[in-house]
Amino acid sequence: MTVAVIRFSASNCDRDTRYVFEHVVQAKCDFVWQDENELPADVRAVVLPGGFSFGDYLRAGAMAAHRPIMKAVKRFAEGGGPVMGICNGFQILCEAQILPGILMPNHHNRFVCSTVELKTPGGGLGALKNYAPDETIKLPIAHHDGRYYANDDDLMRLTRDQMIALTYVDKDEHNNAKVNGSALGIAGIFGGPTRNVLGLMPHPERRSELCLGGTDGVRMLQSLLS
Amino acid sequence: MSSLSPSEVQSVTKLLGRHPSKLEEGLFTAMWSEHCSYKSSKIHLQKLPKASPRVLVGPGENAGAVDIGDGLCVVFKVESHNHPSFIEPFQGAATGVGGILRDIFTMGARPFATMNLLRFGSPSHPKTPWLVDGAIRGLSGYGNCFGVANVVTDVAFDSCYDANILVNAFAIGVCKHSELQSGTAKGLGNAVVYVGAKTGRDGIHGATMASESFDDASHERRPTVQVGDPFKEKLLLDACLECFEKKLVVGIQDMGAAGLTSSSYEMASRGNSGLNLHLDKVPLRDAGMQPYEIMLSESQERMLLVAKQENVVAIKEIFERYDLDAAVIGEVANERLVNLYWRGDCICSLDPLWLTDEAPVLRRPSARPEIASEARAMTKQQAPEGFTQYDRHIGLGTLVAGDESDAALVRIPGTNKAIGLSIGCDEQLCAANPFEGARRGFARQVLQLACIGTEPIGATDCLNFGSPEDPCVMWSFERAIEGLCEAAAAFKVPIISGNVSFYNQTNEKAIYPTPTVGLVGLREGYAHFATRDLKRDDDVQVFVGVKHHDLACVHTLAQWLIPLVRSGEVDTARVTEKGDDLLGVIIAAPKTKVAAISKNVPGEFLIMEQ
Repeated sequence: MTVAVIRFSASNCDRDTRYVFEHVVQAKCDFVWQDENELPADVRAVVLPGGFSFGDYLRAGAMAAHRPIMKAVKRFAEGGGPVMGICNGFQILCEAQILPGILMPNHHNRFVCSTVELKTPGGGLGALKNYAPDETIKLPIAHHDGRYYANDDDLMRLTRDQMIALTYVDKDEHNNAKVNGSALGIAGIFGGPTRNVLGLMPHPERRSELCLGGTDGVRMLQSLLS
Repeated sequence: MSSLSPSEVQSVTKLLGRHPSKLEEGLFTAMWSEHCSYKSSKIHLQKLPKASPRVLVGPGENAGAVDIGDGLCVVFKVESHNHPSFIEPFQGAATGVGGILRDIFTMGARPFATMNLLRFGSPSHPKTPWLVDGAIRGLSGYGNCFGVANVVTDVAFDSCYDANILVNAFAIGVCKHSELQSGTAKGLGNAVVYVGAKTGRDGIHGATMASESFDDASHERRPTVQVGDPFKEKLLLDACLECFEKKLVVGIQDMGAAGLTSSSYEMASRGNSGLNLHLDKVPLRDAGMQPYEIMLSESQERMLLVAKQENVVAIKEIFERYDLDAAVIGEVANERLVNLYWRGDCICSLDPLWLTDEAPVLRRPSARPEIASEARAMTKQQAPEGFTQYDRHIGLGTLVAGDESDAALVRIPGTNKAIGLSIGCDEQLCAANPFEGARRGFARQVLQLACIGTEPIGATDCLNFGSPEDPCVMWSFERAIEGLCEAAAAFKVPIISGNVSFYNQTNEKAIYPTPTVGLVGLREGYAHFATRDLKRDDDVQVFVGVKHHDLACVHTLAQWLIPLVRSGEVDTARVTEKGDDLLGVIIAAPKTKVAAISKNVPGEFLIMEQ
């Protein structure tokens, strides 16, 4: 039962992600290189970690989305396997069209690193099954391109089908997130046949140990294995 | 572009026994520049204390290394990238942090934190907003993409920096003692391998540009500013660390100032070896490049390594997997000469020591200024706007960053250890009295480390001054060094690496003497530390201080504070000066606790309710 953390060229949160799975969640965790064609035979869950894969060349996640391993990840997701895309991982899932929409540059066009309050409209579902519906939690964000955008139809569908997993608490008068302009304040969404895919911009692996400020993140990492 | 001074040309002619060729002149100009040779500062830098039982690598290598116990060490250094950042702030700052990161991982250590000290001109100067915006985007853009937490930024504004901004970048990494690498070429017949990005025309004579004062034509120097690619640098890090892990490398050095020239001649000098280099084998971005350009290009994200012939295939495979160039460009030779070949012809043959050890050592005249400058009040930002542009959390190490506490505390995941990090300078006092300013600045940083419960174990310095050709600047430089010497000796902190940046002046106007210090602390366990913000409404604040001239008292104050912080008794503290005399901390705690703490303090402490 292995958690596969996919490494793309210049992913930089891969080691952090693996550290938390091994030391905090206490799960077996392996790196899988972007050019592999298959996931490990005993794979239990797949995580696409944060970073600036390919230097965000063209668009964040655009290059990584077309690496050989993504075919296997797509198959795994379509088969109901748990997949979590964190930050750059979320961007890659959107570019690979495993999730709808796109992450655009923050509306203020600056990188923002901050610990933000979030709500869990997806609490009780998918990878958020260990959270209450509409629980308020705190997670760190660190991104330049975190403004979620989807066309009106997709946004309506996400809302109607309860696929919005996480939202930023602080929104402006247009209902966009104040911190980066995300539509409907979306910080994370579900996908896949059984909400088995979760893409989110905040970093749960950075909020899984008390000494780092809190443990609101660890429950969603643990849920990938149960 | 400046060239060698007449007396330097004479020295070169004497060494060669003839006039130098254009290529040789280029090589000597770069290597004997102030930036590369430290010719005006060498005799003074030697006075700085550099030893302690913990020091594993002192000055002379690409960065210093200090033991932190359990077979681990930290590797750190601070460097300047002032001149390029003024000309082109985004790329200048970006390549500044790129360069310092390479200095750390070339030593075998994985970088886990950076800090920076930035000095800009007056907020009302028309260029200041452009410089601030560019520098912060450059530093954060590069560091975030590479993937290292920037935990402290010390930003201040003063008109003395109007035309000479300062960008000092610090980086620290960790590794096992056994993983430390060296920038040495040795082993007759070993391969010399160029790895990383291709060589282009950017940055040619960058080192020389950093060794001159600016004048009105400075904007014409834009082509001398290097261009950085943090994506390439992350791949370079991954590839190098994999090579180190597999023990494939004999020696390695990053190509920084003066690019292929400095790395090859310095590695050969350290190893007392010779090298044969075939320049036509160097991977180029522009096929038309000539030997002169190839040798002096400062294209980024490149390393030069030496390896046994039998390991070359494995090295190439690793770099190919990371999509980086890896080309054998030469071999270690038996006679101590660096021979440059171009399409089969030997076009240059020099003893590497001529460019390194034989560089001039100048005893510049120094003269006390008649009127000591009056330090103006500077605009300093405690939690500067722009700090949120830096990723402070990557690496899962940051317990507290510089926006919440005077020094940052970063744990080493997988161990019980945490590292304290502080960067700063007391240039206001330095302007009036460089000796006292350097000394008090260091003392202040020791107290900052105490606020987060750490004892200092090592320091690195970046000495930013005006032109060394000005005797008054030299006088300030010497006094600042004396202040650092006294402080480092008093706190028993070795200064294990550093950098000198002279020529921070435009026409006749020089900056304040700005001797930046990066101070590193250590503690086992990290449950409690103090931050600046008040925790409880009914807390009482009290200043506990000593006379800053008496470093033994400052040391006692730090030793008094550390256990109180570590136990959690003091959770709110910040360092401050009071008047001209006093240096100490303002702590906040419930009234009864403050009373208890204040009861048994040493006699030298002054306690003042706030």
